[in-house]
Amino acid sequence: MARITKLLIANRGEIASRVIRSARSLDIATVAVHSEPDASAPFVLEADEAVALPGSSAAETYLRPELIIAAAQSTGAQAIHPGYGFLSENAEFAEACADAGLIFVGPPPDAIRAMGSKTAAKELMAAAGVPVLPGISIEDGEVATEVLERAANEIGFPLLVKAAFGGGGRGMRVVNGRDELATAVEGARREAVGAFGNGAVFLERLVQRPRHIEVQVFADNHDNVVHLFERECSIQRRYQKILEEAPSPVVDGSRRDALGAAAVAAARAIGYRGAGTVEFIMDVSGEFFFLEVNTRLQVEHPVTELVTGLDLVALQLAVAEGKVLPEAALRPTLRGHAIEARLYAEDVAAGYLPSTGRLDLFEIPDRPGVRVDAGFRTGDEVSVFYDPMLAKVMAYGEDREQAVRLLARTLADSRVHGVVTNRDLLIGILREDEFLAGDIDTGYLTRHDPTVLMAGDPRLDVIHPLAVALADQAQRRAGAVVNPAVPSGWRNVPNQPQEVAYRCGERDIRVRYRIDRDRVAAEVEGVTLGPVRIRSSSADSVDLEVAGIRRTVRIARAGSIRYADSVLGSSTLEEQPRFPELENANTAGSLVAPMPGTVVRVMAEVGQSVAAGDVLIVLEAMKMEHQVKAPHPGTVVQVGVSAGQTVDQGAVLAIVADPEEES
Amino acid sequence: MGASILTGIGVVSGVECMILAHDPTVRSGAMNPFTLKKNLRALDIARENRLPVVYLVESAGADLPTQSELFVDAGKIFQKLTNLSAEGVPTIALVFGNSTAGGAYVPGMCDYCVLVDGQAKVFLGGPPLVKMATGEDADDEQLGGARMHAEVSGLADMFAVDERDCIRIGREIVADLGWRKLGPGLSSVPEEPLYDSEELLGITPENFRTPVDPREILARVVDGSRFSEYKSRYGTSLVTGWATIHGFPVGILANHRGVMFSEEAKKAAEFILLANQTDTPLIFLQNTTGYMVGTSYEQGGIIKDGAKMINAVANSTVPHITINIGASFGAGNYGMSGRAYDPRLMFAWVNARLAVMGAQQLAGVLSIVGRQAAESAGREFDLDADARQRLAIEEQIEKESHAFFTTARIYDDGVIDPRDTRTVLGMALSAVHSQVIEGRRGFGVFRM
Repeated sequence: MARITKLLIANRGEIASRVIRSARSLDIATVAVHSEPDASAPFVLEADEAVALPGSSAAETYLRPELIIAAAQSTGAQAIHPGYGFLSENAEFAEACADAGLIFVGPPPDAIRAMGSKTAAKELMAAAGVPVLPGISIEDGEVATEVLERAANEIGFPLLVKAAFGGGGRGMRVVNGRDELATAVEGARREAVGAFGNGAVFLERLVQRPRHIEVQVFADNHDNVVHLFERECSIQRRYQKILEEAPSPVVDGSRRDALGAAAVAAARAIGYRGAGTVEFIMDVSGEFFFLEVNTRLQVEHPVTELVTGLDLVALQLAVAEGKVLPEAALRPTLRGHAIEARLYAEDVAAGYLPSTGRLDLFEIPDRPGVRVDAGFRTGDEVSVFYDPMLAKVMAYGEDREQAVRLLARTLADSRVHGVVTNRDLLIGILREDEFLAGDIDTGYLTRHDPTVLMAGDPRLDVIHPLAVALADQAQRRAGAVVNPAVPSGWRNVPNQPQEVAYRCGERDIRVRYRIDRDRVAAEVEGVTLGPVRIRSSSADSVDLEVAGIRRTVRIARAGSIRYADSVLGSSTLEEQPRFPELENANTAGSLVAPMPGTVVRVMAEVGQSVAAGDVLIVLEAMKMEHQVKAPHPGTVVQVGVSAGQTVDQGAVLAIVADPEEES
Repeated sequence: MGASILTGIGVVSGVECMILAHDPTVRSGAMNPFTLKKNLRALDIARENRLPVVYLVESAGADLPTQSELFVDAGKIFQKLTNLSAEGVPTIALVFGNSTAGGAYVPGMCDYCVLVDGQAKVFLGGPPLVKMATGEDADDEQLGGARMHAEVSGLADMFAVDERDCIRIGREIVADLGWRKLGPGLSSVPEEPLYDSEELLGITPENFRTPVDPREILARVVDGSRFSEYKSRYGTSLVTGWATIHGFPVGILANHRGVMFSEEAKKAAEFILLANQTDTPLIFLQNTTGYMVGTSYEQGGIIKDGAKMINAVANSTVPHITINIGASFGAGNYGMSGRAYDPRLMFAWVNARLAVMGAQQLAGVLSIVGRQAAESAGREFDLDADARQRLAIEEQIEKESHAFFTTARIYDDGVIDPRDTRTVLGMALSAVHSQVIEGRRGFGVFRM
């Protein structure tokens, strides 16, 4: 039995911190490896020792087995915890660890390989008696009558007929009953031949309103394989889970046993060891089918920890040391309900575009029942190099409703400044009726428009700019070198209000206010507000009464940026200079970088004539390409960047002169 | 018609400045006799208190119909501007529009000059005058546009793209002055009074015949409502004592029951000497109907005692700030540092009256004098005519002693809302601290 006294974590961010936390409580020394941008990340500072890996991208650093093994050897670590992602499901890496005499905290390489191919995995599972999605292939030209009969019996309805080759929905048919089948296969085949030149079709059970249910399994080296109940992860955006909970609101005791038995059978079939997750798809009737096995610790593992009271990382380390799983894991109990929200730095409205920048404030309230696994702190930079998940925010309650409500409020009371996040979407879902009723499936976010779910209180755009203006005046007063105790904007002959403008998204919001003792005559965007009264104001908080309703707005600032948080929501405003320096204004026709990123291609040359919409520059950020197009026809008069260059948001990339404006 | 100029003390880039701004919405900002008077007063405030001058220029020049009352003395503006500069008080002209003929010397005499492109026109003679004088066909921009002055004549130190840009540049100039005030500044942390200033509206005397205890007012004006009274049991018709306002130490003299006797005059003289000894600015809250008259008071030397007070006020060199909170009649106006005694700043509550005496009293005096004249001339005294005349005079004096009438003649520096008293005094004290604060030296404090 090997004893681990020093553990290297081949990962970063919240999961590295998470592993370090458990290791520390087990008196296991920890070694972090980190890229250059991560040099002062929390997990690096939390680890006992750290080894820098040269470079920024994951490919240069966290995905380099030889560098990580060398770091383990130089620091004397006996084991490597891969976390999730990166090298966690890399069989070669697991083998290389073993070759180097290091313990890979994960399953045997063969188990990883067995699950690497989805079709092979499906066959393996079917053979082991794990329910898999029934399906039948019908070759090109095959006479279909008896095959159709078999399909109807084995697959059941509704089923999906699709072209075996190609994709894009061509040749796809939904069949609801036996009588429609022959026609549908015929039609699909015709279309498939036309589109792909091959009439082979594939029939598969159509799972309507599928739910994503997964089972946490654990296996030791002593023939113990257990399951730690299920998690439901049906709320997804673009196949990315964003809300995960345990238990599933629709899984009852007997279904849980069936799911558990199937998962244990799956784990046994591949000789599994350590922590793994067997994913299933479940239809409205509760029938479930094998999807895949994740041979690692999952992002959402904490919800299982919350409802079982187990420390899964500690269990992984125990198994890695060759120990027998403890009694608590062998006979786990399920208590209460836990839900996790993945807080991402992304712009939901802009199609989940990753958002980068400095986290000017990152504050999630710490309250009983809340757990936060975060990889960032206030002041950290959210870079283009890695996953934009800021934190996993979890809530635990006696039942689902309690947990969901606690999570919604915790997210609402959080202050996340400096990057755009999916917080409002998460809150919107957590407060939505269908979700609250547990009526969810993986299509939830196609049925529910995110912009509707995120819609905030319209008063936000009025109250927050005013509160920010009043906080700014309070700050100026507090910092005044003369007359600090004289009221802001005071005149013995009252006349003009004070006026400030804040940029909010694409528009400028103009705030005019005149403070008359504790009353304020205020106007936002030309609309006069009902009676306004300042109960108290300081640079970071304004207690404001508008039309009889009193609210406190908390304000934070970073340069010209103001962040306002209140019960109405959160907003980001940029103070506009009252007296701008005109020579600094961008030349008309300037194309600015819509986000920070790397210039991939420059397709414009100085002097070139372009039409409106011509792509001039291609920018890449977070693996997404963004095309910068000519806003109007004209001549390229300046190209300020070259391929490979990293640019900040707002950088001028090129200038296209507009012939109509030239005089 | 108005003075077509706005003046005031304001903070620009953290520096208290004297701001003068032509109002081109009134007869194109042309200067009339009141414009001149107000203009000169503002420049005096700048000099006495050492406040940098920011002059926002847009004026058509002299209001020609009133030129006879204007032209000669208008030269004082340029003299005072350059005197300020010589005394080390910076002057900044921000030219937004016309600044022609004599007006061209405002940017000409200022230390800094910023011209707004396409708007500023600074020349001695406009195109019509040039045509008349020399026959030359000249255009505005070539004669005195911003670009010309910035690039050719050098009159403009900075060229502003537009009005906001001009203000931005002006603020930058002030910020770059590296201005330091010469007064000692705050002596304590400003502290709000314990009593609500809103209540001053209820305390404000409806008319000067209703006495007001100034301690009630001070409790709503001074820091922490703390007031250390001097000679509280002597000359009780005048309240004197020490306090701080917005953290600035002050001595305060406030009339209590209107009339001042010998004791009040002597108490005031002593108190003023004490303030000069410690370089402490003085606040005068006027609410006086004057010095006591009558045989016993004359025999008791009320003239000599009033003279002591006026002497002390006149020769005091600490800053005085005077507010007329009710009435300022007779020699009481002089003794309580009225306009003629050059208080650094002087204000009036909206209810205040300023005159040689109350309207009713004045009308009565005239009636008695008329009756005596008739008697000595042996004429019959027309009682009806007297009553009519009395009423007319009373009405006229009532109107002419009203705060709005007197402030319009620049007998004070502004009418204020009683509730703003603390704020106004705080700003005024801060402004006077731009200058050295030094009391009169020479004799010891006379015990009178």
